[in-house]
Order: sequence, then structure tokens, then C-alpha cells
Amino acid sequence: MARVLLFGPLRDVAGWRERDAEAASITALKALLRAEDARLGEALAAPGVQVALDQAIVRGDAALGPRSEVAFLPPMSGG
Amino acid sequence: MIALTDQPFDPGALLAAFAKDRRETGAIATFTGLARAEQGQTHVLELEAYPGFTEAAIGKIAETARSRFELDDLLITHRIGRIGPGEPIVFVATAASHRRAAFEACDFLMDYLKSRAPFWKKEHGPDGARWIEPRPEDHADVARWD
Repeated sequence: MARVLLFGPLRDVAGWRERDAEAASITALKALLRAEDARLGEALAAPGVQVALDQAIVRGDAALGPRSEVAFLPPMSGG
Repeated sequence: MIALTDQPFDPGALLAAFAKDRRETGAIATFTGLARAEQGQTHVLELEAYPGFTEAAIGKIAETARSRFELDDLLITHRIGRIGPGEPIVFVATAASHRRAAFEACDFLMDYLKSRAPFWKKEHGPDGARWIEPRPEDHADVARWD
């Protein structure tokens, strides 16, 4: 069970900030979220959205463990 | 030191504490950023961070500043959460032997914080809320240091 976090505009699209999801990889997690909410799936695939696994940016796919934290980070605004 | 806080802070008090008991520092430069009212267009600014990740990312750039400008010390305090017009959002202090390094490091850190730091910013105004992205000037400012 991975913990999924959304930030910035992604939260408004999804209507949630944080939830658990059962997925073995980031690709599987994205597919799961897309299947549940097509608009969120589209927003997650938009250019500039980065993925952090356990607080480190990952590019491409990665395996998820039972306690993984996956954060979807839309383009950052600066402070 | 790097701190994110959801509470208002007093830049003067931060500077006084930062400047205390320094014998080799010859210069401290500071920057204080305030939330603008934008002629009533912004009622509240909402800043979101990714706890842990945001501090770590700012920490990396702070280490770069420390070695690049040979700083003695630095302090970054950044508000998160809901911020009203006129309230300080960010305070940066840089301590060095001489003024040029302190000024430049402060400028460098602010250019980074305004354009690349992991924050998400929402403006609440009379017509609702909107997410803000860095302005082209912010990107140009930070590119000066590449």
C-alpha cells in the first residue's frame, strides 16, 4: 500500500490531498488513478509534473514498496 | 538554518538573533519579502510546501551559496499556509567577511527561492482563487547565476 500525495493545482483537480493506493510501480499507480479519474490522469501526465518517490525525484518507472510515499509535483511556483 | 513556518515572524528579531555573537563576520545582508495587496486583487496568499522535500531542496541551494560566496552563515525563514497582505513571506540573511559576498549570496538565494523552490502558490482575490507560476523575469533572474 503506497501513500500518494498531490500538491498545488493537482489537489484541486482530484479533490483530495492524500490517500493510500495499491500499486506495484509508479506506472501502475498512474494507471490506477487514471482509471478512477480521467481528469486527474490527464493532469498527472501533463508536461512538467514530476514524481518523487520517498522524497527523491524519479524519472520513468520505479517499483513501489508497502510503505512507499509517492508525491506528484506540478511545476513549482517558487515562494 | 532553514525554517518553514505557518506563523507570522518578525524579521527584526530574526536579524538581531542572527547577528549576535559574531566576531569574524564583517557583513550581514538581509532580504525581507512581503505579501502585496495588489490593489485589493489579493486578499490572501496561500503557499504550500512538501514538508521535508522543500527544506531539503532549499538546503541544497543554501550549501551551494555557502561555498560559492564563502559565507560564514546563512538563515532562510519562509512562511507557508495563508499569508495576509503586508505580512513577511520570506527572510534571508547572509553573513560573510565582506559585504560583496553577503549581498550577492542574498540576491542568489532570493532568485532561486522565487523561481525554483518547491512551493505552490495560490492567490485568493475578489474573483476567486488562482494558482501562480513564476514570471518570465523570475526565470531570467535566476538564469544570471548559471
